[in-house]
Amino acid sequence: MSDPKLTTLGHDETGAGTVTPPAEESADVAGTQNSLWSDAWRQLRRNVLFWIGATLGLLFVLIALFPKVFARGADPRDCSLSLSGQAPSAEHWFGFDQQGCDYMANVAFGARNSLIIGLLAVAVILVLGVLVGALSGFFGGLVDSLLSRVADIFYALPLILGALVVLRSGFLGRGVVAVAIALAAFGWMTAMRLVRSQVIAVKSSDYVAAARAMGASNSRILVRHILPNAVAPVLVYATITVGVLIAAEATLTFLGVGLQRPAISWGLQIDAGQRLLRTAPHLVLFPSLILTMTVMAFVMMGDALRDALDPRQRS
Amino acid sequence: MSTASASVPYAPGRGGSGPVLEVQDLRVQFRTDSGLVNAVNGVSYTVSEGETVAILGESGSGKSVSAQAIMGILDMPPAEITSGRIMFEGRDLLTAPAEEQRKVRGPGISMIFQDALSSLNPVYSVGFQIGEMFRAHRGTSRKEAKKLAVELMDRVRIPAAAQRVNDYPHQFSGGMRQRVMIAMAIALDPRILIADEPTTALDVTVQAQVMDLLKDLQRDTGMGLVLITHDLGVVNEVADNVAVMYAGRIVERGTVDDVFGNPAHPYTEGLMASIPMLEAKGGRLQPIGGQPPNLSSIPSGCPFHPRCPKRRLGADALPGRHCAEDVPPLRLVVPGREAACHYSEEVLGV
Amino acid sequence: MSDITDAAAAPRPAAAPGEVLLEVKDLKKHFPLTQGVVFKRTVGHVRAVDGVNLTLRRGETMGLVGESGCGKSTVSKMLVALEKPTSGEILYKGDDVTKMGARALKQYRREVQIIFQDPYASLNPRMTVGDIVAEGWSVHADIAPRKGRLQRTQELMERVGLNPDFVNRYPHQFSGGQRQRIGIARALALQPEIIVCDEPVSALDVSVQAQVVNLLEDLQDDFGLSYLFIAHDLSVVRHISDRVAVMYLGSVVEEGTDAQVYTSAAHPYTQALLSSVPVHEPHLRGLKERILLEGDVPSPANPPSGCRFRTRCWKAQDICATEAPALVDRGQGHPSACHFAEAKTVVPTE
Repeated sequence: MSDPKLTTLGHDETGAGTVTPPAEESADVAGTQNSLWSDAWRQLRRNVLFWIGATLGLLFVLIALFPKVFARGADPRDCSLSLSGQAPSAEHWFGFDQQGCDYMANVAFGARNSLIIGLLAVAVILVLGVLVGALSGFFGGLVDSLLSRVADIFYALPLILGALVVLRSGFLGRGVVAVAIALAAFGWMTAMRLVRSQVIAVKSSDYVAAARAMGASNSRILVRHILPNAVAPVLVYATITVGVLIAAEATLTFLGVGLQRPAISWGLQIDAGQRLLRTAPHLVLFPSLILTMTVMAFVMMGDALRDALDPRQRS
Repeated sequence: MSTASASVPYAPGRGGSGPVLEVQDLRVQFRTDSGLVNAVNGVSYTVSEGETVAILGESGSGKSVSAQAIMGILDMPPAEITSGRIMFEGRDLLTAPAEEQRKVRGPGISMIFQDALSSLNPVYSVGFQIGEMFRAHRGTSRKEAKKLAVELMDRVRIPAAAQRVNDYPHQFSGGMRQRVMIAMAIALDPRILIADEPTTALDVTVQAQVMDLLKDLQRDTGMGLVLITHDLGVVNEVADNVAVMYAGRIVERGTVDDVFGNPAHPYTEGLMASIPMLEAKGGRLQPIGGQPPNLSSIPSGCPFHPRCPKRRLGADALPGRHCAEDVPPLRLVVPGREAACHYSEEVLGV
Repeated sequence: MSDITDAAAAPRPAAAPGEVLLEVKDLKKHFPLTQGVVFKRTVGHVRAVDGVNLTLRRGETMGLVGESGCGKSTVSKMLVALEKPTSGEILYKGDDVTKMGARALKQYRREVQIIFQDPYASLNPRMTVGDIVAEGWSVHADIAPRKGRLQRTQELMERVGLNPDFVNRYPHQFSGGQRQRIGIARALALQPEIIVCDEPVSALDVSVQAQVVNLLEDLQDDFGLSYLFIAHDLSVVRHISDRVAVMYLGSVVEEGTDAQVYTSAAHPYTQALLSSVPVHEPHLRGLKERILLEGDVPSPANPPSGCRFRTRCWKAQDICATEAPALVDRGQGHPSACHFAEAKTVVPTE
């Protein structure tokens, strides 16, 4: 704590920055100007949880892209009823399903549909939620009343029931994208509420007033000041929602409006497997396990990202 | 680090007989994610009947934490009282059984806080909350408690007390809420009242009213008053004795006239010089350089030395009195005055 | 000081000292009081600011004092165009700010900057200090070319007493006083003519407060800044201000040079305010006349008729309830809004 500059006492400009020791040596070398994002990336890189999450996530994306590689040579549609429900073995790690198809191949091939539904729906939810929430919270007044009432109307319909109605009507079709959009259409409101309340809280802060007082435009205030301070909760919400939505697809399937055979998805597998829980528990176990790991991967990445985006969390 | 232990007793100013409250070598630590925070590092003081002791310090000096330790309202963990004794009427509160502590805190020692609004429960009327003191500690009936509440509200000069007894905290102004807090604190005739920044949140005209009230109440009841504040003006106007705290230690102690009139510690001197005057425009302020210390890494030696204009380092220092190495103990400098500075005599000019 | 910051200050047209920069005429801000959530209806108005007149000349510091709720912060928000006045004029170099178009308003906002009270809330926690200080240049790109902004940021940091190596740190890594310096650097980056200081030191510790006051004084000398200095601490206001205006319940009750207002206060409210301030010098204790005001400040939603202060005033007569006193000189040497204005020395002078 002994500051060399302190020899000039009476000069009252001393001891700047002695509160906390430098967070990181390289961050303190003046000459470059860091931004929140570059600092966040530096922070992310040092977070073990982020790397675990990212590795898992990458693995599942690879499975979704190249399921054949991970099916260990088996074809998911090459089935033999004689093998129906066989337990896992050294040859067939995940065993066989009711139709006698190699289950590992099925789980691998299911990744694509499940991930597309989960990620696409969450992406739509994020975009809608952040956009509507930010507009609503930032402009307030009539805009807010209007958008909030719209959200309330969507709230009145439960996620599954709403998606069911939309998919039944058939104007979206019955494919993967249709299911994702139907789920997003009835799942964005919580994200919007989260963003809206954060924006309202941040909007009244002094640093926003300071930006306004220096003549900053609305878009600048929203992008530079309000959103970075308002998105953390919704990021965490979104990562958890990925799993919820993949599971919701299973429910829709169960109700007969989601993906239908011969499509392959984890939802379909869990749905089919639960009827055979007593005789062949591995049919529920493996897709559930993979689904859980997928969700965990996103939750870990989301958590790490939230911490990285908050300078106060950095040690 | 054995500094201000139970050191030389100092003469209680205009106080009465022996001390009612005696704090001895109190040390409090906080365990946090970013390390150990040494909030209070060996604080000792006494409060006698009718005496007003001011604990003066800036934020992070440990002045409030030591009071919370006395009242047993520290959150433990993260806080931890690592050593010390808190003697009330001859008994150590820190080792006393919980039941006994409860009997002392309230009837024996009570406390008022800076933020009266958050200290009052918004869903109960103020009369009920004042009466609660009697019901909880004396088993008084509801009707009787309410009557006593009205009397107390009268005593703290809340106008139209009988009509306002059923009002809720939000219906009172800041100054009136602080009076309600005072009413609750004096309800059981405590021997010691600890006032933690009682007027900081109040406007200056209201502050004067509240300080007047506290002084009058003290004169009537003879209670000892511990006034915790950062405001030198308030200390000067109401206290008999003052203990100046810095980095969790008492750095100077004596009567207000002595300490403020002719400081013996460079920190006190620096504080006096950094305050603008009301009665004259004055020249350029003489601030204390640097920043308040980080309590998780308190400077070695005298904690004030990095900011001290009178420090002596290296060859300048006298043997055993090196400001960056040797911790100055709180010692008697001249009769009635203690200071924790190696060179207090120079600061004083004696 | 460095060349570049000098050069930065250069393009300002040199004007005669004492030229009126800012003139506020009969400024009012009434906030509607509404009931209902979906269908809001107005049930009354809070007269936060109700007819304020002020002038600010080049290079001077105008102090604005008053207790919480008197409307001084609302005045500051209107001056930096964060709130729209209900009525009245804000003339900046002769142009009415309330009628400015987008382009003129942006230029006005460059020339009139603000420093906030709370150094913890006024800096974006997710921006580096460098980004915070340099943000104004992204909005007003003509001030500083993109290249060399980092260097200028560091020069500014150095000028306000911060280590320029810390450009890439975040606000939470600094203490309160240092954060306030960051806020000052941010305001300074736009090379303003006027800085509105809204309680800039009241959240700071005494020892740090003086550092910031001195810094503000130095910057004023170096850059020829004009300050509107809003605070509740009367000593600080006297120290830094050339002229002082005292506000009570939405309007100015007294105005004059610091000596006029502090040594010959003519309005009863000013007198009461001055008499309530505790002084920190032991030899001045008890020398001041004590004027203790009765009761609380009335609600600005329903202010008293005539003179706003009459409900707490010991001089009040019938005329005070019917006729609002104008802010004029009634022979006491400076304007005072009291029918019975009479200069009086409340604060002892040495």
